[in-house]
Amino acid sequence: MATQRAHKAARLMISPSVILLLAWMIIPLGTTIYFSFLRYNILTPPPSWTGVENYTYFLTDPAFIPALVNTLVLVLGVLIITTVGGILLALLLNMDFWGQGIVRILVISPFFVMPTVSALVWKNMFMHPVNGLFAHLFRAVGLQPVDFLSTMPLLSIIIMVAWAWLPFATLILLTALQSLDSEQMEAAEMDGAGWLSRFIYLTLPHLTRSITVVVLIQTIFLLAVFAEIYVTTAGGPGYASTNIPFFIYNLSLKQFDAGMGAAGGVIAVIIANIVAFFLMRAVGKNLEL
Amino acid sequence: MARKTTTGQRALITVAAWGIGLLISFPIIWTILTSFKTEATAIASPPVWFNFDWTLQNYIDVNTRSDYLRYFWNSVVIAVGSTLLGLAVAIPAAWSMAFQPTKNTKNVLMWMLSTKMMPAVGVLVPVYLGLRSMGLLDTRIALVTIMMLMNLPIIVWMLFTYFREIPGEILEAARMDGANLRNEIIYVLTPMAVPGIASTLLLNVILAWNEAFWTLNLTTTNAAPLTAFIASFSSPQGLFYAKLSAASTMAIAPILILGWFSQKQLVRGLTFGAVK
Repeated sequence: MATQRAHKAARLMISPSVILLLAWMIIPLGTTIYFSFLRYNILTPPPSWTGVENYTYFLTDPAFIPALVNTLVLVLGVLIITTVGGILLALLLNMDFWGQGIVRILVISPFFVMPTVSALVWKNMFMHPVNGLFAHLFRAVGLQPVDFLSTMPLLSIIIMVAWAWLPFATLILLTALQSLDSEQMEAAEMDGAGWLSRFIYLTLPHLTRSITVVVLIQTIFLLAVFAEIYVTTAGGPGYASTNIPFFIYNLSLKQFDAGMGAAGGVIAVIIANIVAFFLMRAVGKNLEL
Repeated sequence: MARKTTTGQRALITVAAWGIGLLISFPIIWTILTSFKTEATAIASPPVWFNFDWTLQNYIDVNTRSDYLRYFWNSVVIAVGSTLLGLAVAIPAAWSMAFQPTKNTKNVLMWMLSTKMMPAVGVLVPVYLGLRSMGLLDTRIALVTIMMLMNLPIIVWMLFTYFREIPGEILEAARMDGANLRNEIIYVLTPMAVPGIASTLLLNVILAWNEAFWTLNLTTTNAAPLTAFIASFSSPQGLFYAKLSAASTMAIAPILILGWFSQKQLVRGLTFGAVK
């Protein structure tokens, strides 16, 4: 009947969102790509054309390989801790016990703590070599306290970030567990399937999709970890805890090399897109229209 | 999988679950406890647990010495402002995609999601320089806009998944009963859409409140929200544990409470409807 008009109205309703996001994507990204071919120091303009020089410098910078490796170690480390821990915690929280609601609140709370708070609380109140709780604990059992952030900076940051993301994995996997068919479980139990085989053949396959989603979404965020490094180690000592985002931040806003920072930005976008490609396929498969 | 368990088993599981729950949330509990200590008690060795003279002095100090309220207000303006702006833009879009899907709808949704995958650091340089040349560095308007753009894909997606659950037939029924478009929207659609909109609002306020890349890089003093305020404790100032704890507690308390109410929405919003 009035389909023509309806279509027009629909387009009108969608276009503000589309236009805004299109602009947000094209303008900064286009500018980043353009800057990446310029020799451009923020303090000493004007910029001049330089070709792919920024990319060569970025990729051969002594910080690049450590930053790339640190990024991968950080992402993988946190993923392993949160996925395995999340499955175990979800199984536990899905059992029958007193005070389920409160325990669940306790477990998910770290996710709501802003990254700068969690980083500083861990840094000062737990990992500090003199006054931190870990130092107290070490002394209490007669050990020498450890300066976590200078002797094992990357591991310390992995712990902080994993603490923040474990609740996320737990919550999603718990939601998925709750939709598991309990009749099927009971049937398997009656047929004599043990706890382990029920877990491997029923629970785990049921969780596969959620695990995929957890891994992919976390990867997107973990590739971008910034605040935790910014307020604790500032990437050091040396490059020991510099990841790609922090490296690019350092180039752009600390060394004022906009050209090389932009080249790094382009490379970060490429890395994120590889991950995004898989995430989009996983999400797209679940979207029925 | 709530199977029958004996009381003994149940007690055992209860102990384990509470133990792990307390362990995981311990840094938060410890921060809150420390915020009520004096600086001396806060670093006492061995640590003091509950038997200390509880004091509110740290809260008073943080408020009087550091202009805490301004940072708090900036957080509120940025988080709530960006979310409301995002909702205003996203509601019509999600609405039309949910009720009048075309063959392009799925592509549009997927494309919107893909913009969320762009790492912020990839566009740091042009955004920073662009804002600087417009004189918008360290302004709330810049952060509200950027946070809105950051979260717009999530807002559209969440609203879309909620709106899609509203049965279309009910609209036809209302129309048959003689309701015009205006009444249809006010009396039929709005009541059904409000819970979804509220959930979306809640989750996005949380996300914007805790965002700590743009807020750290684009603000210095005027528009700095709590994320940046707390980051300023990374200097030796952070060694005033009791004050750091009081500031941290105030920064996370509102969101912790909101967060507890939004567990379900969190799953839906952050998995783009892939896990419900």
